[in-house]
Amino acid sequence: TLLSFVLSAALLQHPPLHQTYRFDLSIGHKTADDMALARRSSNLLKPLSTASSSSFLNRRPFSTDDSTTITVETSVPFTGHNCEPPSRSIDTTPKELMTFFTDMALMRRMEIAADSLYKSKLIRGFCHLYDGQEAVSIGMEAAITKKDCIITAYRDHCIFLGRGGTLLESFSELMGRQAGCSRGKGGSMHFYKKDACFFGGHGIVGAQVPLGCGLAFAQKYRKEDHVTFTMYGDGAANQGQLFEALNMAALWDLPAILVCENNHYGMGTAEWRAAKSPAYYKRGDYVPGLKVDGMDAFAVKQACKFAKEHALKNGPIILEMDTYRYHGHSMSDPGSTYRTRDEISGVRQERDPIERIRKLILAHDIATEKELKDIEKLARKEVDEAIAKAKESPMPDDPELFTNVYRKGFGVESFGTDRKEVRATLP
Amino acid sequence: MASIFQGVGTATTLSSSASFDSNKFHPSSRRSLSERKVSFLVVRSDAAKMNPGLNKIGGRADQLVTNAVATKPDTSAASTAASKSGHELLLFEALREGLEEEMERDSRVCIIGEDVGHYGGSYKVSKGLAPKYGDLRVLDTPIAENAFTGMGIGAAMMGLRPIIEGMNMGFLLLAFNQISNNCGMLHYTSGGQFKIPVVIRGPGGVGRQLGAEHSQRLESYFQSIPGIQMVACSTPYNAKGLMKAAIRSDNPVILFEHVLLYNLKETIPDEEYVLNLEEAEMVRPGEHVTILTYSRMRYHVMQAAKTLVNKGYDPEVIDIRSLKPFDLHMIGNSVKKTHRVLIVEECMRTGGIGASLTAAINENFQDFLDAPIVCLSSQDVPTPYAGTLEEWTVVQPPQIVAAVEQLCR
Repeated sequence: TLLSFVLSAALLQHPPLHQTYRFDLSIGHKTADDMALARRSSNLLKPLSTASSSSFLNRRPFSTDDSTTITVETSVPFTGHNCEPPSRSIDTTPKELMTFFTDMALMRRMEIAADSLYKSKLIRGFCHLYDGQEAVSIGMEAAITKKDCIITAYRDHCIFLGRGGTLLESFSELMGRQAGCSRGKGGSMHFYKKDACFFGGHGIVGAQVPLGCGLAFAQKYRKEDHVTFTMYGDGAANQGQLFEALNMAALWDLPAILVCENNHYGMGTAEWRAAKSPAYYKRGDYVPGLKVDGMDAFAVKQACKFAKEHALKNGPIILEMDTYRYHGHSMSDPGSTYRTRDEISGVRQERDPIERIRKLILAHDIATEKELKDIEKLARKEVDEAIAKAKESPMPDDPELFTNVYRKGFGVESFGTDRKEVRATLP
Repeated sequence: MASIFQGVGTATTLSSSASFDSNKFHPSSRRSLSERKVSFLVVRSDAAKMNPGLNKIGGRADQLVTNAVATKPDTSAASTAASKSGHELLLFEALREGLEEEMERDSRVCIIGEDVGHYGGSYKVSKGLAPKYGDLRVLDTPIAENAFTGMGIGAAMMGLRPIIEGMNMGFLLLAFNQISNNCGMLHYTSGGQFKIPVVIRGPGGVGRQLGAEHSQRLESYFQSIPGIQMVACSTPYNAKGLMKAAIRSDNPVILFEHVLLYNLKETIPDEEYVLNLEEAEMVRPGEHVTILTYSRMRYHVMQAAKTLVNKGYDPEVIDIRSLKPFDLHMIGNSVKKTHRVLIVEECMRTGGIGASLTAAINENFQDFLDAPIVCLSSQDVPTPYAGTLEEWTVVQPPQIVAAVEQLCR
């Protein structure tokens, strides 16, 4: 494996000019893991075809090239349950690759910044970070529209960003300020964005799954051509209400796609200790399922596209995203008591979603290393600016305690506990 | 038969009394609800700015006349007073009428529950609606309260107006998480982005030897959930009015019906009417003591009132109807008049509606009370199956008479 890395590193320094090239990394690989790894990295460095090979020689400005089609292969093939899995080859463009990279770098930066904000006690309570899992959000957004609904649990910061939320709204909400997406009253676990059909943001494990099926029900009721992505984790996959909701969704052919973000740990318990059958994509029994490499944004994109087509015609489908979180369950969990640091760094080295995109970009000569580093620096700068601006936003005023409890038409005066302070008229 | 209003947005004129403003009854369902100014009773614990005799709700809005009929001493007379001829029906039929009118009026209204569709509802409340509106609008669910309540809430987040039926209120304990967290709190935690206009309804209360698990009073468990409203109906008239008001409300409303009251018969007006969710009902004005009650206990109180009147007492009986929030305005005015309060409820002694009401009245009207508030409630026991024991645990009219005599000494 060291050999393959050295080889690939060396080759990356000098991207060849000619389009079709193959790297044979089969020398000296004996074990199945090595073969798998070689296959993975060789796939990365082995673009199969492009629409125009001549354009390759004149490197286009990356952010605008929408016309060149690049075909990439997913790292591993899809595994289907009760369905025919989609193809491993996905078409993409340089623009999309760069967008993926930029967005994921921003998400990663945001989560790391949230980590340090939490440690400096500006974010309190619970803070569940998504770094490592960005590919799921990015890939999903690439396959759907803003009219398709997404609902998730508490690991929602990056999904919010993916749906079009701004960094300022994010950080303000985390710090409990007025400029937050929920006006500072929700917190880390309650990010919502109604106009982008992002339904949150839920603290109780598994409770969002029936809600998601309700969203799908409304879509079917209104005969809309949209779907709902109901996301949950491997821990929530053992909740009864999930199977209740799945039964109903299958019964009425609701356009619900259940996405299990399997990061292999439900809080502090490994999946093999919590689930008799960790094949979450098969748990639907009569509901078809697909197992996807959740660290590969293109695999996620392909799976979500496939799922959307399926759900609109045939009803629910389960997608299991095989992903990983670098942080612990939340900021109060070091994340190392139930798994080894070697495991975490191993995944970071081999399967990191941003690195995968970076290698693809470099292999296709869409941007140089320096340009990519600049993008990351820009992301850092944006995040720092957003944090500074969020810190300026004030805390909610006292009467805000009583707003939004009811929806209008409730002209009751409300008092604080001693009936002397904090009087407000409910709107 | 009550006329069912068709035509969204058309201004149909009513033939009867002028207390109805027909134009304002039919806001277009396509128009966003924020344009409608719904009037709600402003409950002020101290000010007597509202003339209790005048029931036109002033202040905020007059778009919707929510209290259709002036509350007079005798409700049955009151309900027919405004209409030349009403029609007689049973309480469950009144609920169905309210449901049907609202479903006709707004296509987003749908019913979700067990056996509501093809079976017609276990208490026949939704009978005939599934053939008329289809299986998607009157949805038969599997027995999965947690999930279908969550589904209803999710659908409400997307803009539908579901009515979630629990076959028995006690079953909704399985959906407590959804009701508390997602239903009550979502408007708040999303900073006002989402509204949850659901109606959660079902029969509760102590029936006839139904056993402990099927005789629960969920109002005591739900009452501290912030963000929800709770109402309890007791007559066909207020059942239909509260059902309609609950459906039209943008807030989540829990409508408590009672298993034993479904077959009550009453004549209700033909015209459309919607009641105020936060208003109590004056059942019998009086001078000596205020008796606050709701749901089935209203009938025990009225029975006791007959005995009391014969004995020379003049009780004022108020059906509080709105369990959350309390109509402290009407209650307060009554306390200021009589200075004695008796609360008769079916909840258990600990943590019931009576307990909260006692605290609320003590806090707000301390100066007007001549005697401590007496609260008659069920015992803190699971409801037994044996008939005699069950009778013992629920408040009976002789106990009410004795309590009033004690209070008015």
